[in-house]
Amino acid sequence: MSTTTLPALSPVKDMATARALGRRRKRADALLRWFCLAATALGLIFLASILATLLWRGLGALDWAVFTREFEPTTYGDPDAPRGGLAHAIVGSLIQTALGTLIGTPIGLLVGTYLAEYARGTALGNAVRFVSDVLLSAPSILIGLFVYQSVVLPMGGFSGWAGALALAIIVIPVVVRTTEDMLTLIPNTLREAVVGLGAPRWKMITLVAYRAALPGIVTGVLLAIARITGETAPLLLTSFGNSVLSTDLGRSMASLPIAIYQQANSGFPDLIAIAWAGALIITFGVLAINVVARLVLRARL
Amino acid sequence: MSHAAMLEAPAPPTRRPVGGAGDRVFEWLCRGAGILVLLLLGAIILTLFLGGLPAFREFGAGFLTSTAWNPVEGRENYGALVPMLGTVISAILAILLAVPVAFGIAFFLTELAPPWLRRPVGTAIELLAAIPSIIYGMWGLFVLVPIVQQYIQMTLGEALGGLPLIGFLLASNSFTGTSIFTASLVLAIMILPFIAATMRDVFEQVPPVYKESAYGLGSTRWEVMRGVVLPYTRVSVVGGIMLGLGRALGETMAVTFVIGNANRMPTSLFDPSTTIASIVAMEFPESLMGSLKQSSLLALGFLLFVISFIVLAISRFLLRSRLKA
Repeated sequence: MSTTTLPALSPVKDMATARALGRRRKRADALLRWFCLAATALGLIFLASILATLLWRGLGALDWAVFTREFEPTTYGDPDAPRGGLAHAIVGSLIQTALGTLIGTPIGLLVGTYLAEYARGTALGNAVRFVSDVLLSAPSILIGLFVYQSVVLPMGGFSGWAGALALAIIVIPVVVRTTEDMLTLIPNTLREAVVGLGAPRWKMITLVAYRAALPGIVTGVLLAIARITGETAPLLLTSFGNSVLSTDLGRSMASLPIAIYQQANSGFPDLIAIAWAGALIITFGVLAINVVARLVLRARL
Repeated sequence: MSHAAMLEAPAPPTRRPVGGAGDRVFEWLCRGAGILVLLLLGAIILTLFLGGLPAFREFGAGFLTSTAWNPVEGRENYGALVPMLGTVISAILAILLAVPVAFGIAFFLTELAPPWLRRPVGTAIELLAAIPSIIYGMWGLFVLVPIVQQYIQMTLGEALGGLPLIGFLLASNSFTGTSIFTASLVLAIMILPFIAATMRDVFEQVPPVYKESAYGLGSTRWEVMRGVVLPYTRVSVVGGIMLGLGRALGETMAVTFVIGNANRMPTSLFDPSTTIASIVAMEFPESLMGSLKQSSLLALGFLLFVISFIVLAISRFLLRSRLKA
């Protein structure tokens, strides 16, 4: 192992072999450099290709009608037939994302607080941390199946509430992770100073620790919103989708990812074009939220 | 303590305890939320298992080894083998494709790139992880599928299809471009940023003095990588790969778009197939409530949960040293 790892240390018989060895080592090193450069370029090419495809195919179909009209069946190329839009899906997505965030954030915040402030090193705390991390990477379609069995079946049908609940379950572990990380970064001297002034612990946490960790917590919530904005699989099994604008949370509700999924697979060029417009909206929305989240974190820390 | 006692001395003994009710309420709120998360995971496992119980009862252990998928009423018969194999094969192939590239990116970002380039390139790679999976699906279907169909499949099939032992993996009668291979390709791109970010983070944790010692002995970067960085970070690197594997196993929408959704035994990597996640997404919403088909899909969901739980648990165990740091 050591001779192959560090050939420089192996005994050298004469100058010729030494030079050959040096050349070989340099060549291996250059090869690695080119490989790494190529790998990085490949990663960037994928990103560029996705964004370029979205811009190219999405911008062409993006017009005001996409934001104002509801779903219409394909026009079969008839210019007089009404062109559909994604208004129903955008409204549905906004409602479900907002509700999911509103339900999931407080729970995630409390769990993160528990892990960072009350349960450091305890068995229950470690179990909660482990489970939360598993939920963070667990297949989201299984969360859809869970909500289907526990909400959709008892309620007797797909509903916007079920969709919002599924999204809330996805929000929780994202907020837990960032909240705990950020609270752990706060120096203990700050906590001791506040408690030393006679403040109860809960005031120390809510008035001082949360304020100190605010940029991180906001980042976590933004990342959670970005994550659930694009979630498709769980919504397929919970709010199912709808082709008209509906704000009734008790019935099936449209959402942008589902509308994209259905229209992209419809096989009709005009519907696929609308799907690309939706894909463009959703991707640049998600990327914008991500960039803002990074800026929030960088500006205040 | 004595300081507090001095301050307290003149006060009457009726002093209100600091915090009191508010502290207890808040602590229990936090603990309750923590317990809720534990219960949530338990409820997910239990729900999937109970939902799948009728199928497990009906088919027994044969459910795991059967390739049947027949929803015709009266002759209903469901088996898990095809989607399970599809899930595992596509995820493992995705790992094989993604790990070398992720390693290259991580090494570039920690050792080779000039400092001013590290942040923008690192951010760009991380943004790759932010793109929703349905976008990967569309991009895969409209961009990658034609490329695989016209270039990769033919080239690989003609060049290597005649090889003994592995040749059959590349020779297929399906030329639609939607296949296990395409799904693996999309999955590889999707998990690339997760593996690359983990590798970069653990590479950065190698104490500089170790690397400098090796450089001081005249080692090249590749030798430092092989002799110092990789042995030092080996466990965490495997943990990062397992994290990517866990993600690839459960990925739904992107796979659904490009795998072809054919529930029959694939004989080649270029045959269409299906995965657990994509068969659930395709067939669950349109199956009858409480039917045997739904139960079979829930049973598949339970199996997927068990597989990804094990993989994610291993990943977390391997990455624990990094998490502590």
